[in-house]
Amino acid sequence: MSELLLPPIGMLAELTHRCPLQCPYCSNPLELLKANRELDTQTWLDLFSQAANLGVLQVHLSGGEPTLRRDLEQLIAGLSARGVYTNLITAGINIAEGRIEAFAEAGLDHLQLSFQGARPATTDRIGNHRGSHEKKLETARRARAAGLPLTINAPIHRHNIEEVPEFIDMALSLGAERLEIANVQYAGWALANRNALMPERAAVERQAEIVTAAQERLAGVINIDFVPPDYFAIYPKPCMGGWARDAFMVAPDGTVLPCHAAQTIPSLRFERFGERTLAEIWTDSPAFNAFRGTEWMREPCRSCERREVDWGGCRCQAMAIAGDAAATDPACSKSPIHARMATLIDETRRAVADTAADEAFIYRRIGVVTESA
Amino acid sequence: MVALRERTIVSLRSVPSLPKHVRIQYDPVRQAFAVLSPEKVFWPNEISLDILRRCDGRSTVGHIIAGLAAEYDAEQEAVAADVIAFLQEWSDKLLVKL
Repeated sequence: MSELLLPPIGMLAELTHRCPLQCPYCSNPLELLKANRELDTQTWLDLFSQAANLGVLQVHLSGGEPTLRRDLEQLIAGLSARGVYTNLITAGINIAEGRIEAFAEAGLDHLQLSFQGARPATTDRIGNHRGSHEKKLETARRARAAGLPLTINAPIHRHNIEEVPEFIDMALSLGAERLEIANVQYAGWALANRNALMPERAAVERQAEIVTAAQERLAGVINIDFVPPDYFAIYPKPCMGGWARDAFMVAPDGTVLPCHAAQTIPSLRFERFGERTLAEIWTDSPAFNAFRGTEWMREPCRSCERREVDWGGCRCQAMAIAGDAAATDPACSKSPIHARMATLIDETRRAVADTAADEAFIYRRIGVVTESA
Repeated sequence: MVALRERTIVSLRSVPSLPKHVRIQYDPVRQAFAVLSPEKVFWPNEISLDILRRCDGRSTVGHIIAGLAAEYDAEQEAVAADVIAFLQEWSDKLLVKL
């Protein structure tokens, strides 16, 4: 195992679970933490300093909505002083006058702004926040005026998949360097809303053609990153670049996790920053070592020529669909239960036809889902 | 529709620089130079690093090629082909500004 232990490059810091939006595919866990569970300023700064010592080069400041932290400028400045590349991942709603400029002055390297739709009505409905689209456009303009490089992030699902060409036009008109067309993956809130969010197969195929053509047409103009949906895939993705391989994330209360959904694997126990140092957790935590490298793999992963390409795919998807976190990601066509993905797509389509389930989102809210068996 | 940027084609008169969202940084943990960009970290080899370091917003591509040919004691034509291909690729990914 030790030869596989590399220093981490990237860290996702979920500074808070508070958010003005209620997107039904939020990657936060169903049990959201309240403000009183969040780490204080000094603890985040200590954590960032340890991360830099450990080899972290990039920190993505996320949430919830990270700009709800009043100390965000301080946190950016702390990272910047250590030469860490900072990326702010924001919904871009209600950011007070002057703050975007203050983030830039503190040393922010890049801003990533989410749009739930390319049309105002879509953005407002998916985030369940009226007027949010207009506020996001204003945030994009302010970010550009402050000289910040900009990525537009578009989470794609059944209700906005036809807007992909409009997302591309919008990203161009806002002067973004980058556009992420990221299909929703079914973990957390998205799993709870799978019936409402699952797109049609024909729409997924059409989308892939549109994006591929745009990537070619717009080379050197805008970078378009495409994240296809796992349920329609042949091979799995290298989730987080491989479990505990070069990146990790930290929840608002300081729990250090290999990925967003890791807490859905009941056999694992995760540690909090403060109880142990970051280096100890990265190196020794049984949860981090559980699926690190390739030693844990069984067939068909173990002898697969792609085992160091996709690292077995997503452990949480294996847990959710195969009921076993050490199974091959069912997104892989070599998984013995790969056919289950197609069945699930068909089942969601039938559920929508029967019940108009696609109109009924479970919106993301603190306290909607509480601890249960 | 606003006026859009266009793809830039490298010429000997281009003056390349690194855009604001890209920076070269020495990483003491791995003892190597990293190129940091919004989602990706690159680990350029020595020659790539030499090209990127010369993208200072003042030197032309022609100037960069001449400098590298002298430093590596190589044919200017061969160096030119490599440098132009490299810069076009990095410009297409918006990692170098021309």
